[in-house]
Amino acid sequence: MALGSRDETGRTASYADPVTSALALELNEVTVSLGGRHVLDRLTFSAATGEITALLGPNGAGKTTAVRCVTGMLAPESGTVRVLGGLPGRTNQRLGLMPQSVGAWSAVRPGELLRYLASLYPNPRPVGELVSALALAPLLDRPYRRLSGGEQQAVNLAGALIGRPELVLLDEPTAGMDPHARRRTWDVIGGLRADGVAVLLTTHDMDEAARLADRVWIMDAGRVSVSGTVAELTADASLEDVFLRHTGGAA
Amino acid sequence: MLLRNGEQLLLTFAIPLGLLVGGLIWGAGFGLDPVTFPASVVAVATWSTAFTAIAVGTGFERRYGVLERLVATPLTRADLIAGKALAACALVAIQAVLLIAAATGLGWRPVWSLAGASSAALGTLLGIAAFAGLGLLLAGTLKAEVTLALANLVYLAGLTLGGLLLDQAPVLPTAALGSLMREAANGAAAPLALLILAAWAAALTLLARRYFRWTS
Repeated sequence: MALGSRDETGRTASYADPVTSALALELNEVTVSLGGRHVLDRLTFSAATGEITALLGPNGAGKTTAVRCVTGMLAPESGTVRVLGGLPGRTNQRLGLMPQSVGAWSAVRPGELLRYLASLYPNPRPVGELVSALALAPLLDRPYRRLSGGEQQAVNLAGALIGRPELVLLDEPTAGMDPHARRRTWDVIGGLRADGVAVLLTTHDMDEAARLADRVWIMDAGRVSVSGTVAELTADASLEDVFLRHTGGAA
Repeated sequence: MLLRNGEQLLLTFAIPLGLLVGGLIWGAGFGLDPVTFPASVVAVATWSTAFTAIAVGTGFERRYGVLERLVATPLTRADLIAGKALAACALVAIQAVLLIAAATGLGWRPVWSLAGASSAALGTLLGIAAFAGLGLLLAGTLKAEVTLALANLVYLAGLTLGGLLLDQAPVLPTAALGSLMREAANGAAAPLALLILAAWAAALTLLARRYFRWTS
């Protein structure tokens, strides 16, 4: 299929052939209203096993709301959500979430937080393995509130991965990270793909999305406006140009 | 986490213990009944933990995204609420043991009866449910900072005007718990106060269940 965008019915055309890998996540025509406003408006997208899927969109496009539908925090008014073959909230033992907001008690120490989260899963990763991969050792005994934003993000990422998830939801995973930490995080996310994990990544960093993602869905005003592989989307423009062209505020 | 939060320690242990010791040493001059006053302080401790600590703690857990993170683990929402309820019950039990031990050491001798003890135990459980319901209602509908301010204000109002320490008609849940605890210290059950408290517990937990939002 050729490069496309929203048609006259408001539905989204895709650059790419349908995903052929096993789908870890499917949202189909999902609508959510909050405060009388359609935050998600017939949102449809999917994420495949062993792939990194980027969900991009301007602030307020509905990305975090979509993630909350996946974890079962929000129930759609209409449409369907399938998570690892089951209903949202019923497969959370196989899910890892790195929330956009803080996600931890202010007084907790990262070591305590990770051990606590590990205790919730039947077969968690060893904490030391993640501490080493994300260079968290110097942070383990400091109260969470004393960590920088990037350090908190690294701890949050470790928390998302501690339960050996099959689907990982990463909401702005490298926001506030220095270049060293960002590279380490990219390596870890790349390793997840190699291990067959499905990764759903939301980010405002177009370079990050272009570097990591296998497939990109760009959202605007609660629905997908364009989608495809990175190669397809960037055939004649940068991902940032494609983003600007298909989201509110484009010239 | 509680032990690392100075304000919560103050509410949970320092204020009830200070009230108890001060009341038993100097309260006679102000007309406080030395038999019922320690029971009133146990009601205050229940109010501190089940309302204020739960409201403030949960409000900030919601604001910081802790609830959102935990709901995306094998824990269910019911697990989280049950965990909070168990923690509140355990903490109130520790407070009660400490307060009763301190009061006994200062010469407190309540009138023992099975009916009174059962009424106090059931009333405390119902009080925890009612106060926690109110705390979760605030924490789940308001911003964390507003919850913090309002919970402290309501705590002080309940302490001074709500019938926890001084007798008044058992209309409010605080007055019902204070009243039945004082009755228990005199060896009597208080079925009307228990009924009123049960109605508050049912209403407030239902309201919390209906309106609590897990994300901020």
